[in-house]
Amino acid sequence: MNNALCLISNAIPVACAEVPCNDQDTFLQTILEKTSHGWRISSYFGLLEGDDTALYCLLAAPLDGVLGVMKTICSTAEFPSIATQVPQAQLFEREIAEQYGIRFEGHPWFKPVRFVHSQVSGRDAWGRPDDQPIQVGVMDYYRVEGDEIHEVAVGPVHAGVIEPGHFRFQCHGEQVFHLEISLGYQHRGIERMLIGGPHPRTLRQMEAIAGDTSIGHGLAYCMALEALSRTRPPAAAHALRGIALELERLANHTGDLGAIAGDVGYLPTASFCGRIRGDFLNMSALICGSRFGRGLLQHGGTVFGVDQVMREELLKRLATARTELTSAIDLLWSTPSVMSRLEGTGFVSQEAAAEMGLVGPTARACDLKRDVRSDYPFGIYRMAQVPIVTAYHGDVCARSTVRWEECQKSLDFCVEQLRQLPSGPHAAEPGNVQGDKLVATLTEGWRGEICHVAMTGANGRFRQYKITDPSFHNWQGLAMALRNEQISDFPLCNKSFNLSYCGFDL
Amino acid sequence: MLRALKERLTIQGYRTMAYPDGPVVLPERFRGYPALTQDLLCNRDGVFCAETCPYDALGCSEEGLSFDLGKCLFCADCPAAACVGFSKDHRLAVSRREDLLVTSGGERRLAQPLTPDLRKLFGRSLKFREVSAGGCNACEADSNVLTTIGWDLGRFGIQFVASPRHADGLWVTGPVSENMREALLKTWEAIPSPKIVVACGACAINGGPFIDAPQVCNGIDSLLPVDLYIPGCPPHPATILDGLLRLQGRIG
Repeated sequence: MNNALCLISNAIPVACAEVPCNDQDTFLQTILEKTSHGWRISSYFGLLEGDDTALYCLLAAPLDGVLGVMKTICSTAEFPSIATQVPQAQLFEREIAEQYGIRFEGHPWFKPVRFVHSQVSGRDAWGRPDDQPIQVGVMDYYRVEGDEIHEVAVGPVHAGVIEPGHFRFQCHGEQVFHLEISLGYQHRGIERMLIGGPHPRTLRQMEAIAGDTSIGHGLAYCMALEALSRTRPPAAAHALRGIALELERLANHTGDLGAIAGDVGYLPTASFCGRIRGDFLNMSALICGSRFGRGLLQHGGTVFGVDQVMREELLKRLATARTELTSAIDLLWSTPSVMSRLEGTGFVSQEAAAEMGLVGPTARACDLKRDVRSDYPFGIYRMAQVPIVTAYHGDVCARSTVRWEECQKSLDFCVEQLRQLPSGPHAAEPGNVQGDKLVATLTEGWRGEICHVAMTGANGRFRQYKITDPSFHNWQGLAMALRNEQISDFPLCNKSFNLSYCGFDL
Repeated sequence: MLRALKERLTIQGYRTMAYPDGPVVLPERFRGYPALTQDLLCNRDGVFCAETCPYDALGCSEEGLSFDLGKCLFCADCPAAACVGFSKDHRLAVSRREDLLVTSGGERRLAQPLTPDLRKLFGRSLKFREVSAGGCNACEADSNVLTTIGWDLGRFGIQFVASPRHADGLWVTGPVSENMREALLKTWEAIPSPKIVVACGACAINGGPFIDAPQVCNGIDSLLPVDLYIPGCPPHPATILDGLLRLQGRIG
């Protein structure tokens, strides 16, 4: 079994030939055994190799910062599903099924993911014809039968200024028995466009995988390029990237805490946080001109540096933001009517979270210690640690407190990094991407683990580029959180997760 | 309750910005309206500068350079930096697609007010239904930020509403993914006439970073009549607000 996996580290490339090719039984048995010992599936994807489909699985160990990669060959249009034994595999299997027309035998929830045609002509896992458009959202939804059961369908267009998705609630009065989430509306075909890359357009597309996570995804991409080309970004670039990643986390956590307050009708914190979020975005804009960090990153380092004047300005703004954010958030904890709405709402058990493979603050709110920054440290986090924040109630309140405490840790981190910002260049000369390599790069975006897996062909161009946004792991968590809740609490539960539609749809 | 008031009076304070009566504060590295350096030869190092932009924002002819604000992503590392410099001018929104084309020596035309009959209807009350059609949530976020206390969009009578039935216009973000095209058009149909369309961001105008991708429609220009184009990836909130205020005839 030990030889079944090639052990790798975050952002360290291996030759494609070193990835062990297992028979199907060993491949599946390895996933079963490793996940039963606390490993997670970070990525699981297909790749056409001749007439066959190769299936690659990237597993993440809970300790030691180790990742394991392996592959197997599927030469027919069928493959055994392990989703009943390993629930975190269920969506990956559906994704592979949709992309390569492979039916996963025994899958308990076998439905399309993004409603697109398979890459193999004439082969569709649901038998849909090639020459007709696929109707998005048309699938076999789960239904609860009963005299007093009613169904509520919401979306794709929602009431707020947010992205589209379709939600079906099976309700008994106010009580939600089950929520099913069907996405795919935002699909732009990013992964397909990357084949043969990197292209001149690629970095901007990476920043737009999920626009609120421009740094998180952009960084994972730059790390992949740098690993594949043996480029070593200078120390100042690592520090600046870390600061930008934490500013992104601060902005989004702050915005969501405000939105959570808004969803329980507590307007002071909602108003304050809406504005303070902008202050964090403006700090990113101070560094690179864009409130979302667009254009900061480049292959080899950062486009911009930070001088003494800007450093002082950032430190001043961070201190002000800390005071104002603390004032706004403390109001939440000291208002009983707010706390009574947050506590016990949208509960996800630790066991369920582990089974579904949840990541990020959502997992940490269930007392799962998962954080790429400390588990598989990259860039600046190899030198500077950010303490992991956890809570154990698994409800909206726990997710809110985790986010608030993470804000404080991020503030500390930014201040520390700015105080000791290395001098010297902020970009290195980018090298050439090497051929026949595989690299997995993981970063901790504000929603959780971002995983990119790049594979190059002999010519140094991408043969495969697999993106896994944290939302891919976590949407199922939101569905579970809604069980037995009141449907009126959906907005509140949703905000406590605030998952990405486009990051999922790619 | 008292504590909330205390925080408001002491730490949080009154924060709605002076803009549009006062100046808008933009960061030093903000990239706004481009300045074309006309004197430069187009052929730089043997490469035509027009070909260096991956998003086809630059055009080059015998009459000189042309620059398409609708396609530009305002990249920090603009490969055509030798021909183009970005100023700090945030005013980018226009009413007609052709007004997004910047030429050396050409006239600059900012967004124009709505026709008098539409201004009578929408000048003091303008409600939008937002549809993200493949948008990455950056344009969405910086549209939504206008409703926070700092910008306070409500003071201009402008609001994002929950239903197309309550709306006067459609606010589109994203390059229009194939899977959202139908829902977008249905939302448009559900808005009572007269109605307007805003294309917010490079994606909605022309596909942005996803221009010519097989799964997107290169924005809404070929699908719906657009009344306001707001360039940027994403546009700065000040750019968006500038466009809206010009549309209403409040500034100009």
